[in-house]
Amino acid sequence: MVEQIVFILVSLFTLITAVVVVTNRNLFHAALALMASFLGVAGLYVLLDAGFLAAAQLLVYIGAISILIIFAIMLTRRLMHALESPFNSQWGLGAFTAVVAFAVMAGVIAQFWPVTPDSVTPLASRPEVSASILRGSVAELGRALVSSDAYVIPFEIASVLLLAALIGAIVVAWPKAEDE
Amino acid sequence: MSFNLVEFLKSLVSLTVFDYVRQVWGDTPGVEIVLDIIGVLVVSTFCLLIVIFLIWLERKVIARIQDRIGPNRVGGRYGLLQTVADVLKLLTKEDITPAGADKVAYNLAPLTIVMAALLMWAVMPFAPGVIGVDLNVGVFYVMAVSSVSVVSLLLAGWGSNNKYALLGAFRSVAQLVSYEVPMILSLLIPILLARSMSTEQIIAAQDVPFIIMAPLSALIFFISALAETGRTPFDLLEAESEIVAGFHVEYGGMKFGMFFLAEFVSTLFMSGLFATLYLGGYRFFGLENLVIGDMEIGRLLGLIVFFVKMFTIYFIFIWIRGTLPRVRVDQLLNFNWKFLVPVTLVLILVVAILDKLAGGAGIWTRTVVQLVGNGVVGLVALELMRRAARRYRREQEAMVMTRRELASAPAEVTVSSH
Repeated sequence: MVEQIVFILVSLFTLITAVVVVTNRNLFHAALALMASFLGVAGLYVLLDAGFLAAAQLLVYIGAISILIIFAIMLTRRLMHALESPFNSQWGLGAFTAVVAFAVMAGVIAQFWPVTPDSVTPLASRPEVSASILRGSVAELGRALVSSDAYVIPFEIASVLLLAALIGAIVVAWPKAEDE
Repeated sequence: MSFNLVEFLKSLVSLTVFDYVRQVWGDTPGVEIVLDIIGVLVVSTFCLLIVIFLIWLERKVIARIQDRIGPNRVGGRYGLLQTVADVLKLLTKEDITPAGADKVAYNLAPLTIVMAALLMWAVMPFAPGVIGVDLNVGVFYVMAVSSVSVVSLLLAGWGSNNKYALLGAFRSVAQLVSYEVPMILSLLIPILLARSMSTEQIIAAQDVPFIIMAPLSALIFFISALAETGRTPFDLLEAESEIVAGFHVEYGGMKFGMFFLAEFVSTLFMSGLFATLYLGGYRFFGLENLVIGDMEIGRLLGLIVFFVKMFTIYFIFIWIRGTLPRVRVDQLLNFNWKFLVPVTLVLILVVAILDKLAGGAGIWTRTVVQLVGNGVVGLVALELMRRAARRYRREQEAMVMTRRELASAPAEVTVSSH
């Protein structure tokens, strides 16, 4: 019961801040609201007993990606009080994509509804996860990332991709010969 | 079981009062929520109030180092109430928002920075069983929460509508983001040795404290903790003797006080984290499990042991602040990216390989092997740095020599023409 109240509050917080992101005309405030929305998603992970994901969400999305977004806004836009319209020429296409994405996700979720085997809806009771699995979940995740019958290939490809991006960033930022 | 005042006080002394309350009133969700709220209140009130003592301690110790007396007027000859008076002064000051400031960001920044500093204490094990919540991702959680404080700095710098504040914020963010890298990497080593990220598990694994097993990682963590909390020799964000202030130049009154509060709380937290990860936390030769008669005195002793360790580290923080000069910004970033990060990466590899090789051996064999590995990595790193410094000095000397030759050359020409 308590958990559902918390869930509703956290979801409301996430959704409201997400709406603020797309409607606020001050880009800087929109970025702040985006951060708050990320925080709400981390809260949802906590409610699902996914502590590692929640911490990763905080570290990566708030600690890194949001900072990057804020830096981008600070360095490219004219400062403080510039109000921008939330619409641009591609709003129709954007709306279409959003509706399609929503439909696909809703369809996928509907296939697995209800989640629990004895057709009790998950709103009424959450499926119990044993404590031993939760305690070892980080170790399991780590093992899955490097075991050959799980995610080792995506993991390695992602690391090569990131390395390429790092080297690319250095090459782009390297001073040209005539500058020296 | 009914309520008994003597039993209650006994459980209060042995720090098992929550267990006692659960026994008396039952283990229902309602009781749990009340206990949770009390726990949060106790820990955060402790963190906020201890700052008053920390500031007094810092001023006294620095004063002794600099051959002064320090606060000695308010509250007796030791100036014990000096900080209380300072806090009252800050609280009664006018609450100013500069014209043209971004009000949301300006007022949000001091709040979020204090919240981040307090949230970290949730996973700090004060004594056996006395911990906010023993997360299985404890250390990772600490890093995640502390990364939020970077956002607060940007908010403060941007929201002030002052170019110096913004520049100060950029400098701070560059420093914090850079030193987060060696800090996370050096934290991986105790995690690797303990095979867990939970702070309780890491303490349980320290039959030999990790400062003996991995002294180099402890040193790197200590240096990056200095930089993360913005203390001397890495305090150029604030550099009180050179510039006015960094990102908080536009703040006054208690809003300014909150930045300082957060700084002191997180410095104390870093000392506590060092004590937990490298000094064995509340453990001290089994003292934490001591039982005298029917009194479980162990938890209280564990708490005292933990506090002694934490404040020893904190004292070293102050000591360094009183004795070391400030580094330049280019030295700060070069030291991080060209020395600390590569050394830590090599160290992780060495520790991981040695740990795998000596995994089955006894605790003392493992300790000696790791100690030797750490020593070799440290010595090689020092030798490489010495060579680089020698080469740099030779280049500089050669440059000076050629400049001198160029300067003296025209003079010779004029002499020969006569």
